[in-house]
Amino acid sequence: MEITVTVNGRSHRLDVSPNTLLVDILREQLRLTGTHVGCDTSQCGACTVHLNGDAVKSCTVLAGQADGASVVTIEGIGAVDDLHPMQAAFREHHALQCGFCTPGMIMAAIDLVEKSDHLDDAAVREGLEGNICRCTGYHNIVNAVLSVAEAKA
Amino acid sequence: MSATGIGAPVRRREDGRFITGAGQYTDDLHVEGQVYAVFLRSPYARARITDIDASHALSGEGVLAVLTGDDMRADGIGDIPCGWLVKQKDGSDMVSAPHPPLAHTFVNYVGEPYALVVAKTQDAARHAAERVHTDFEELQPVIDLATATDSVEIHEGVRHNLAYDWELGDRTATEQALADAAHVVRLDLVNNRLIPNAMEPRAAIGRYDAATGEHTLYTTSQNPHLARLILSAFVGIAPEHKLRVVAPDVGGGFGSKIFVYAEEAAVLWAARRLRCPVKWTAERAESFLADAHGRDHLTHVELGLNEHGRFVALKVQTSANLGAYLSTFASSVPTYLYGTLLAGQYKTPNIYVEVHGVYTNTAPVDAYRGAGRPEATYVVERVVEVAAREIGKDPADLRRMNMIQPGDFPYETPVALTYDTGDYEKSLDRALELIDYAGFSARRIEARQRGCLRGIGMSCYIEACGLAPSQLAIQLGAGVGLYESGEVRMNPTGNVTVFTGTHSHGQGHETTFAQVVSDRLGVPFEDVEVVHGDTGRVEFGLGTYGSRSLAVGGSALVKASDKVIAKARIIAAHMMDVGADDVTFDGGVFSVRDSNRSMTIQEVAFAAYVPSNYPLDLEPGLSEKAFYDPENFTYPAGTHIAEVEIDADTGVVRVVDFVAVDDFGHVINPLIVEGQVHGGVAQGLGQALLEHGRYDDYGQLLTGSYMDYCMPRADDVPQFRVDTTTTPCTHNPLGVKGCGEAGAIGSPAAIMNAVTDALGVRDLTMPATSEKVWRAIRGAKGGIR
Ligand code: FES
Ligand code: FES
Repeated sequence: MEITVTVNGRSHRLDVSPNTLLVDILREQLRLTGTHVGCDTSQCGACTVHLNGDAVKSCTVLAGQADGASVVTIEGIGAVDDLHPMQAAFREHHALQCGFCTPGMIMAAIDLVEKSDHLDDAAVREGLEGNICRCTGYHNIVNAVLSVAEAKA
Repeated sequence: MSATGIGAPVRRREDGRFITGAGQYTDDLHVEGQVYAVFLRSPYARARITDIDASHALSGEGVLAVLTGDDMRADGIGDIPCGWLVKQKDGSDMVSAPHPPLAHTFVNYVGEPYALVVAKTQDAARHAAERVHTDFEELQPVIDLATATDSVEIHEGVRHNLAYDWELGDRTATEQALADAAHVVRLDLVNNRLIPNAMEPRAAIGRYDAATGEHTLYTTSQNPHLARLILSAFVGIAPEHKLRVVAPDVGGGFGSKIFVYAEEAAVLWAARRLRCPVKWTAERAESFLADAHGRDHLTHVELGLNEHGRFVALKVQTSANLGAYLSTFASSVPTYLYGTLLAGQYKTPNIYVEVHGVYTNTAPVDAYRGAGRPEATYVVERVVEVAAREIGKDPADLRRMNMIQPGDFPYETPVALTYDTGDYEKSLDRALELIDYAGFSARRIEARQRGCLRGIGMSCYIEACGLAPSQLAIQLGAGVGLYESGEVRMNPTGNVTVFTGTHSHGQGHETTFAQVVSDRLGVPFEDVEVVHGDTGRVEFGLGTYGSRSLAVGGSALVKASDKVIAKARIIAAHMMDVGADDVTFDGGVFSVRDSNRSMTIQEVAFAAYVPSNYPLDLEPGLSEKAFYDPENFTYPAGTHIAEVEIDADTGVVRVVDFVAVDDFGHVINPLIVEGQVHGGVAQGLGQALLEHGRYDDYGQLLTGSYMDYCMPRADDVPQFRVDTTTTPCTHNPLGVKGCGEAGAIGSPAAIMNAVTDALGVRDLTMPATSEKVWRAIRGAKGGIR
């Protein structure tokens, strides 16, 4: 079947099967490999992207469900010389080590900050429960997210 | 200290690509013409393969081949070796059961690969894999570690399923000292099996160029050169000079990506047979089943104390589960990385340890963050804690009175190590101060009023890192030297390309090593580029594990930098027309003593490549290599203290405060060091409270996904409070000790000491899940404090 999907502002017509996942079109067809796959049970959050403005796990969305939708991936939020504040905060706070969870973590964190009025340490931890990081112990991730939340307040 | 020099919290340069999604992990690579492999894995813990019928699978669209263990054997592909030969008590060699990359006759654990399907698309390969019909004859598996030595033989001729029966220390003296001791504490401990779970699942792409005979393996490896060595010398995939191994960005390892795995051999072999690049990426379920697991010990420990509370003897008996085959370093983990650390920070004069390395029909068990040293720390720090409680001494005081003192170094332990330096009380004192030890009882009373049981626990750990002095390691059974190599290449325009044999998969070497070299050569940080992870670019290396990269790899770079400076000094002297002895070097500038003549190292580099005015007897160019072989291990040590609160109604444990004070020697980048501690402590917290790799009686993995294996998530861990003390390592040029594993080594015992303190029980088996804790509360005699 054919779908039309806007990814990072560019519209694509894609031929997909009914069982193709959103993450597969991003990684395999569009070669946007910043979105990662860390599990097969929808629990690690490495694949998190924004679908029509909401953070979703792209391993759990069928490509067909993205027909007509707008998707933003890690590649779409900023560039090395023009970082999104969340990207900049992750670097500043050393909120990543191997970097594998990072794109999903950043996409989840942006959504969390945008949709919350008030965030404290506990609220950030709860808000990031769906994203696993094996490297950082979350300490610096939480601090990075809090710094962006504070700047917004 | 400059903003980018040694000691500066430089923001990581690798982050630019990771935060923008531009990292290139193995699965992100797309090799033109690549096809896809899916592995067929044993559904049984122990079985004989009687028939593989691939005819249905092969008829599927896009299916290229179904390749089996028999095919592989017929092509002369060899077994995967264990790289460390342990000698048994009686002097004989350990028994290493043959480990074919793809099983051909017997399968010995659930998830063991025995064939692969290759197809043009991932989907086609998956579907075809489901259409291969394999007949197995089930055999009685051996799963339970406690009874494995009395069970059926897994591997023909491996009696009692024992890979080895190993010992270290003086048994007679230790037993005598225990018999004479005023007080003996006995404890049975379990070190729970862990599943490493780096967030990037393993992946590999094999590529073969028929025209040149060159093989390339892109793989998720912590040590590409070692992978090349083993795949060429032992597995026999290709000669070393025709095999290039590239480990691009790697998403965490924690030990699990040190080892050479079946899939790496198989994709290379398949690529050669099929004449097209073959790619495989693990699903998380495969990671659970077939990545090497960690820990899994049963231990009986006896600690003898005299009437004053001094430790007089420690006897440790451990059964270590090695799984179905000996993985690359499996044999060394419960022996030389474990038994040797049982002195801890204490002057215990008599120590004896014996270890049974046991085969079971479970996934191979090998190094996982800390590798042997967390297990040793757990034994020592749990039994010391119980001793303090039994003889009624404050746990901090009992530790303190037994600690090795600064004046005792170098200190030779009864278990084969010589600690070079340390100041253990200093870390202890700082940690006690940070946690406000004196104020704990008030916090406990306050918690009780809220219905919570509060406990405090500490752990004073030591580790041996910076693996390793080669001669010693080889004497003890290592199959390779454990030096590290590096190259510092000044380019004609004055910037620097640095090559290291270590591999960064989260540790930030591209930043830290650039700090080291820029500091040494006096060139700007931005002008130093670090290359790693490619046998085609880096001469040789042993990779990254055992907190060795900076202590060993960084030292190699210092050595190479010094060679560059030495050569540059001769060139500078020639050009300034003075003797080399008259030239000083500071901050990147060569100056003639007592004059205002000077040259920058960049000017010298240019002259070295454009040698117009140049010493006739000197080769052009300014690039130097060095191999650094450490004299000794390094010995990071410190004190971790945890405070926990337990909900008395639900048994839920929360770590409410955690303090880590570590002595890593000199610190190059404090930002990165703190991050390493945070991550290690979170993994240790996972071991203590959440994680447990479990099999049922049939050898089916019960914890094969994130639904059943509990990974620490953001709301399971507290803010950590981290500090350092410093006694510089005495034998490497940077004075560094290594920081990668400390968090995972010190924290489990600290947390379990806190949990048992809160509950008022002697022991509780990790992980302290709410169920276990709830039962302990209900079962506790005499009520709970
Ligand atoms: S890959 Fe989507 S949640 Fe793990
Ligand atoms: S940075 Fe490695 S998993 Fe998060």
